[in-house]
Amino acid sequence: MSDTSLSGAAPPAASATPVAQAIKGGRKLTTVYVYEAPVRLWHWVNALSIVVLCITGYFIGSPFPTLSGEASAHYLMGTIRFVHFAAGYILAVGFLGRIIWAFFGNKYSRELFTFPFWRKSFWRGFFVEIKWYAFLKPRPLKFVGHNPLAQVFMFFVMVLGLAFMIVTGFALYSEGTGPGSWQDKLFGWVLPLLGGSMQVHTLHHLGMWVIILFVIIHVYSVIREDIMSRQTMVSAITNGHRTFRDDDPE
Amino acid sequence: MALETFYEVMRRQGITRRSFLKYCSLTAAALGLGPEFAPQIAEAMETKPRTPVLWLHGLECTCCSESFIRSAHPLAKDVVLSMISLDYDDTLMASAGHQAEAILDEVMEKYKGNYILAVEGNPPLNEDGMYCIIGGKPFVDQLKKVAKDAKAIISWGSCASYGCVQAARPNPTRATPVHEVIFDKPIIKVPGCPPIAEVMTGVITYMLTFDRLPDLDRQGRPKMFYSQRIHDKCYRRPHFDAGQYVESFDDEGARKGYCLYKVGCKGPTTYNACSTVRWNDGVSFPIQAGHGCIGCSEDGFWDKGSWYARLADLKGSGFGVEANADQVGLIAAGAVGAGVAVHAAVSALKRAQHKNTDNGADNSATGGEK
Ligand code: HEM
Ligand code: HEM
Ligand code: SF4
Ligand code: SF4
Repeated sequence: MSDTSLSGAAPPAASATPVAQAIKGGRKLTTVYVYEAPVRLWHWVNALSIVVLCITGYFIGSPFPTLSGEASAHYLMGTIRFVHFAAGYILAVGFLGRIIWAFFGNKYSRELFTFPFWRKSFWRGFFVEIKWYAFLKPRPLKFVGHNPLAQVFMFFVMVLGLAFMIVTGFALYSEGTGPGSWQDKLFGWVLPLLGGSMQVHTLHHLGMWVIILFVIIHVYSVIREDIMSRQTMVSAITNGHRTFRDDDPE
Repeated sequence: MALETFYEVMRRQGITRRSFLKYCSLTAAALGLGPEFAPQIAEAMETKPRTPVLWLHGLECTCCSESFIRSAHPLAKDVVLSMISLDYDDTLMASAGHQAEAILDEVMEKYKGNYILAVEGNPPLNEDGMYCIIGGKPFVDQLKKVAKDAKAIISWGSCASYGCVQAARPNPTRATPVHEVIFDKPIIKVPGCPPIAEVMTGVITYMLTFDRLPDLDRQGRPKMFYSQRIHDKCYRRPHFDAGQYVESFDDEGARKGYCLYKVGCKGPTTYNACSTVRWNDGVSFPIQAGHGCIGCSEDGFWDKGSWYARLADLKGSGFGVEANADQVGLIAAGAVGAGVAVHAAVSALKRAQHKNTDNGADNSATGGEK
């Protein structure tokens, strides 16, 4: 969260990030390097594995119509489950990597994991964003990193939510690998805690829908912001650079 | 008072030495131990003083006893029954009334801290336990009294282990599993409705001969019988992996013996030994008979929705809706999708408006924004 550093005419977050300015059509455009390569790489690997996990997960719950012929001629469910588990591992390793990167990366790499509810400017930004989305404000604030609304949303769904999916996913996985496996030692306790295997399946399945809702809203608001806000979005998560469309304070 | 050994008791019951030795090797096999353990079991039974088992009955249907006395090998049943029924078991003992209650007190005193308490059923706690009266007193009192000096407790079946049908929502009598009433004794859960006979005799023989508790998993169930799901050893599993399912109970797939996943088989979420030990002398088990597992050995299996649907009803999961995760999810996704569409349309309108009024001096309209 860095809207505070935007007050005055000073270029945003001048202290932390390289800033480039260009004069275009008589207007000054400020570009900031926001999301470093590991964050961007994670974003797309994570997005891809989530898409794969949702599709395969759905078909684990509601399998395809029966195949005919000998059982030995097919391995459809086996393959779907394998792809799910492989993507699950990628998601989990990526998630761990993302946490580690938060210690080494720039301050925007930490935003995902922090939720500065004690900071007043954060809440001001939060409510301004809500009004902006509710069409009550004609113009949003400028943010170098995530806007506060996005940050809260991401913290709950993409940090806590993904952690939940990983923990329940590996707990279910441990049922296959059996007692004594590392999955069982690390995650097996989740099964009795949440009320048994069946319940964990149900919660894991519900979690998928929460994540799907996140993705719908996320992709929509990112595209909308890219068009309507005062800064670029898609470039920030593809090449890392965010350009501001005006040089006004606030 | 010289304490009898198991062997002496058995001989007194008319069991021959040959039968006794046979029983020992059978038991070793049932417990998954090698043949070299048979003499060890025999020796233990010949030298160890008999550990009495007191078998109490609370709120229950007696299916555990019914299962138990049908233990596959008649020998195993005879032997194990001779180990326990002598002492106290409402259903199986010969004595009744005051005489029976007196036996209970006598055993408790004579073998203080040294007997095993087996509980079938559970105590209902509402109305001071009045829903289950044994010998004129609430069962919960008897349970607490007998548990006090027991060495260990076996919770027979899903009733004693988890509550089972009498504890199903809304649980009017507040039927409560044993481990939520007794806290200071080791408790071995042997869930199932009922548990498999060989599992029951196996557990009890292990405890009596080796004089220690079997290895338990996180939920307190003996690992040797409950460490795998029905699904892990199900003979229909190749059809599951292949993607061949019974779609309805009268289709071609059902005749071909395909996997019952889609008609609600709970094998993938149920820990029990049915797919290996099977029932009735290893004759069959539900899935072999063409019906999915209903998860009878899992906590709260009555409240997890239909037995014929794999995705649980969320009502049973405490969400209070009678729909599954996909139904709820699709509705939510539809609502959010519609919301997004409306939001996008309004955004486009506003933007068009803004463009018109702005026209070049785009900051004047919003300059004072704070
Ligand atoms: C399954 C799909 C997706 C998931 C789970 C996802 C998740 C995330 C997460 C967790 C972040 C925070 C990154 C961080 O701080 O480390 C993020 C940021 C971002 N994502 Fe996605 N994303 C998905 C798809 C997309 C797509 C399709 C786009 C482009 C159209 C996109 C564009 C962005 C942008 C622009 C940001 C930066 C937002 C900001 O600065 O506030 N994402 N996404
Ligand atoms: C965004 C993340 C994920 C989503 C959306 C997701 C989705 C799903 C869904 C919908 C199911 C079917 C549940 C049912 O109805 O029974 C499922 C099952 C499962 N998932 Fe995931 N999952 C995710 C992450 C993971 C992870 C990280 C793992 C760990 C390896 C994992 C392992 C499993 C396992 C073991 C099953 C059970 C498979 C079976 O019963 O055959 N999942 N998942
Ligand atoms: S019938 Fe049930 S236990 Fe057997 S493979 Fe199918 S789902 Fe698993
Ligand atoms: S197959 Fe399932 S429902 Fe049937 S007895 Fe075994 S555990 Fe119980």
